[in-house]
Amino acid sequence: MSNSGLGRIIKDGLWGSNQALVALLGLCPLLAVTNTAINGLGLGIATTAVLVASNGTVSLIRNLVRSEVRLPVFVLVIASFVTAIELSMNAYFHELHKILGIFIPLIVTNCAIIGRAEAFASKNNLLRSLVDGLSVGVGFTLVLVTLGGMRELIGQGTLFDQAHLMFGAAAEGMSLSLGSDFQGMLLAILPPGAFIGLGLIIAIKNLIDKRLAQTTETKPEAIESGAEAGAS
Amino acid sequence: MQFQTFSSPHTDRPNSVDKVMLQVILALLPGVLAMTWYFGPGVLINIVIATLSAVAFEALVLKLRKRPVMPTLHDLSAVVTAILFAIAVPPLLPWWLTVIGMAFAIIMVKQLYGGLGYNPFNPAMAAYVLLLISWPIPMTSWLPPAVLSTNPLDFMQIVSAIFTGSPPTGLEWDAITMATPLDGMRTNLDQGQMISEISQSPVWGDFGGLGWEWVGNWFLMGGLWLIYKRTITWHIPLAFFAGLTGLAMITFLFDPESYPFALFHVFSGGAILGAFFIATDPVTACTTRKGQLIYGVAIGMLVYIIRTWGGYPDAVAFAVLLLNMAAPTIDYYTRPQVFGHGDNHG
Repeated sequence: MSNSGLGRIIKDGLWGSNQALVALLGLCPLLAVTNTAINGLGLGIATTAVLVASNGTVSLIRNLVRSEVRLPVFVLVIASFVTAIELSMNAYFHELHKILGIFIPLIVTNCAIIGRAEAFASKNNLLRSLVDGLSVGVGFTLVLVTLGGMRELIGQGTLFDQAHLMFGAAAEGMSLSLGSDFQGMLLAILPPGAFIGLGLIIAIKNLIDKRLAQTTETKPEAIESGAEAGAS
Repeated sequence: MQFQTFSSPHTDRPNSVDKVMLQVILALLPGVLAMTWYFGPGVLINIVIATLSAVAFEALVLKLRKRPVMPTLHDLSAVVTAILFAIAVPPLLPWWLTVIGMAFAIIMVKQLYGGLGYNPFNPAMAAYVLLLISWPIPMTSWLPPAVLSTNPLDFMQIVSAIFTGSPPTGLEWDAITMATPLDGMRTNLDQGQMISEISQSPVWGDFGGLGWEWVGNWFLMGGLWLIYKRTITWHIPLAFFAGLTGLAMITFLFDPESYPFALFHVFSGGAILGAFFIATDPVTACTTRKGQLIYGVAIGMLVYIIRTWGGYPDAVAFAVLLLNMAAPTIDYYTRPQVFGHGDNHG
């Protein structure tokens, strides 16, 4: 029973209560590093790794920690994982680490992570917490990559520029470019572009949700009439 | 012949939006013609491109919002936005930048907030700032006034420059464009020149740049006419000039060789246009009389501060947008007291 509803957890993490689009948590890194798709992907993967590890650990120790001291303990757990991830990024993706800079250590302060630890992992078992961490992280990463790709395309006319920072020299063919005479809209890369872009993405999500709600409202009638037709 | 009688009150109909907007357009005419005289027909071409795209985007959004299209188009507010934007940008601005500016002004700044009357920011100025930040080079390449131009362009050359985005054959951009007087003054001052040296250059008129000050004069005429017709009140323009010249006089008296005379600031850049036509936008400005005075002074002072110590040569658009943001707060604190609700007498 306790492991049921994993599908629901995944759906919520990716879409229904997406941390970036619905909860609007973790906006500081979200807005600051998404000037290219690769930067967004790098930070997204780092955040996802921290989320999975911290959710799992918090879930394991949830019955050992008294509720009075739970928040400092959660922060310590998260900070340890962030340190580990920061050091390994520095070792394996040194260039990307240099670009993302302060925003890797700042994952500690990402409200989405402590939010999931407090709201989910401290009340659920290991498997559910891991699944939640992964789906929330992937949902967050998708928004980072979408926003980063959007701003990169409009602002400098490229997509997946500098992909080799992440995937090695073989990925250099991934980079797309609209040509060197493309006069990009600088505003998209500057901070206001992040706010406007996020606003547009949220608007599109709400529009899709509204359309989905309309179709599910009309669907039961269609099924009923179909059933009647079949019966007769 | 039948004389119809109406019951009282026998007053004229209050100003409708259509009438106000039409008056604003009429008041802009002398200044627009003066700009065309000094800077060529590119000004008019920009106005046409901006107006057509603004009306098209307005119709598109209204269709998407499932609102009636014709009443809103008929109120001319999109046309006023388009004209204000088109006379703020350089005369040879590539056409696609004008279209992007109008798309941003009408769709994002005006209609996404709910349309005319609900937009917190002045659409024309928001579009201007968007373009200035995103494409700084075409947005600061002004033509010199025709009397000073060494390479005067004919009509077809201007049309081709706007629609292809490249300078006429045989000419470089640098040969046909010139910094605005404000920009030139800044650059020369930064190079350590004295104002008495700078003003030897033929680009200067009596107060501001040659040509520019006359454009300003004609906008001033239009603005005074709007005050006479009571379309706008004197509060915001007067407070604007008080803020601008007040600060300018202090620094001028302190060091007249490094800070230009106050009237230079009034007759340069967008100051007069901004004071009468942009800061007075009834939707985005303060509504209380006291609030309007604060609002105007603050815009004037910000214009001077950004022009003198900031990163951009002109600042009317930035100052107006910043005070647009502050307008609701200013209104909140300057609401007139309701009679009988005072607490300072029992």
